Amino acid sequence: MIGAAALRRRMAVRRGTGAVFLALCFAGTCIAIAVLAVLLVTVTRDGIDRLSWGFINSFPSRHPEQAGIKAALFGTLWMMGFTALFAVPLGIGAAIYLEEFAPHNWLSRVIETNINNLAGVPSIVYGILGLAVFVRAMDLGRSVLAGSLTMALLILPIIIVASREGLRAVPPSIREAAIAVGATRWQTVRFQVLPAALPAIMTGVILALSRAIGETAPLIMIGALLFVPFTPGSPLDRFTVLPIQIFNWVSRPQPEFAENAAAGIIVLLVVLLSMNALAVFLRNWFERSRRW
Amino acid sequence: MHLSARMGGMRLLRKPLAFSTGILAAVLAAFFFTACGDDGGGAGLSGTIVGDGSSTVFPITEAVAEEFGKAQPGVDVVVGISGTGGGFEKFCAGEIEFNDASRPIKEDEAQACAGNGIEYVEFEVAFDGLSVIVNPENDFVDCLTVEELKRIWEPAAQGTVTNWNDVRPDFPDRPLTLYGPGTDSGTFDFFTDEIVGEEGASRGDYTASEDDNILVQGIAGDEDGLGYFGFAYYEQNQERLKLVPVDGGSGCVAPSRETILDGTYSPLSRPLFVYLRADALARPEVVEFMRFYLEQAPTLVPEVGYVEVPADVYQEGLAKLTQ
Repeated sequence: MIGAAALRRRMAVRRGTGAVFLALCFAGTCIAIAVLAVLLVTVTRDGIDRLSWGFINSFPSRHPEQAGIKAALFGTLWMMGFTALFAVPLGIGAAIYLEEFAPHNWLSRVIETNINNLAGVPSIVYGILGLAVFVRAMDLGRSVLAGSLTMALLILPIIIVASREGLRAVPPSIREAAIAVGATRWQTVRFQVLPAALPAIMTGVILALSRAIGETAPLIMIGALLFVPFTPGSPLDRFTVLPIQIFNWVSRPQPEFAENAAAGIIVLLVVLLSMNALAVFLRNWFERSRRW
Repeated sequence: MHLSARMGGMRLLRKPLAFSTGILAAVLAAFFFTACGDDGGGAGLSGTIVGDGSSTVFPITEAVAEEFGKAQPGVDVVVGISGTGGGFEKFCAGEIEFNDASRPIKEDEAQACAGNGIEYVEFEVAFDGLSVIVNPENDFVDCLTVEELKRIWEPAAQGTVTNWNDVRPDFPDRPLTLYGPGTDSGTFDFFTDEIVGEEGASRGDYTASEDDNILVQGIAGDEDGLGYFGFAYYEQNQERLKLVPVDGGSGCVAPSRETILDGTYSPLSRPLFVYLRADALARPEVVEFMRFYLEQAPTLVPEVGYVEVPADVYQEGLAKLTQ
């Protein structure tokens, strides 16, 4: 039997612990947001003056004030388009197979372990692979296609892992109910499970594509260029991307190039955010169109 | 119909799934508005010339390619930055027409080229002076000999040469903090080769960065700092840095456009090269590009922060084109 005073004391300690935990979590969120805010403010302050239509619509130049990012911007859009084209259907397809259809035997366990490990392989390794397989063996050259395929490989494991999580979160009762009213397995997956899992899958796709858009190392490895005075006209054209251009500008001695780099970062962020916004929009649209 | 927040009644969706096509449609749509590239025109040459290699030489080649694009709009010159070694690998595999190099070709690279039947022509296009830098607050260092630089940077100095008076006894007893390029840098290879006497041999306990601007920041903010990097980075940050003249055996010489050009700033000035495939010289647009390069270099090289080589070196290069 404990006295009321002791009980109150214990309660106070427990509430105190809870408050400390809350404070820590809040601080963690604040730090993350503060870092992001500082980054955004610094980059915007340094680069906003340089941002203009001329900057977006010009090719690289030795004169910082004439240099632009047209080639890099279009290279990035081309590469991301094809990367998504390859990686998203493949990744979601693999996830559906592994989650909905694959038998649980040693083979599927080996595949599963491998995919999880692949998600942690350093990006430069994918660059070496891309150089050997896509650039040399398949003779695609240093093209948009070779770059996209390399990037697709890089983000495939991320999409698969995220999509599987999404599929797994769909309650089994949904599947059972669909089967019970006579749906085939295909119909169950196609009309019930996949739509229900799409929001989570889209989140995975956003994360994966956001990673791909900022990668430099594998592209340098496969020989993506830096000075390209034209925009790609086909998937087999040579190209450059925003991070390579930004990286080069940062390392130049003339301080004006650093402003260009900041402006380039703003453009990269805008591309990234609009990509994410599109994905969020699609996610909400899918969520709205689901009735249950 | 809402039985619970998330799982209620069911509906068999009939709309086609558009998850990937949705994103792609928008992105791809953008592509087709860009198909109108510059096709070039006029009665000029046409073709594509691909170069790669050192990011140190890149600004020069970029400047030349930019001007060449205006003179010959039909020829596309594209340039990468795989590094001197990475560039030679592609060059000797026959994948590119020219390689930007911040050092002469190595024996094993030359063998790789020979093995693939790739013959090449070497052009010296510019000088890059390495500058030894201290903080402007440092009033005791007026000059360092190559011997002293070696004492500072050799591998044996690690943990033993840690104070300025370890370098020269009459320097003050202050800690010595060092800044220099990372081991992937051609600048590092060159400096260690010239100063320590063995390429790649360096102490490891210094602040290393592949980005020379970081080294500038470091030394500008550290009264006891010393470091080395490309001359162009000193030129752009003169008010924040102090240049140290180097005594290579014939007196103290500070790097400047004049001393680098006439060769008295020795041994820390290095030539920069372009290697061109010999068989590419059968293509008129390649010959024209290289001719343009060598003719424009005296004006373009200083513009991007390097020092041009003497006029007769460019003449020698032009002579190689007509052979």
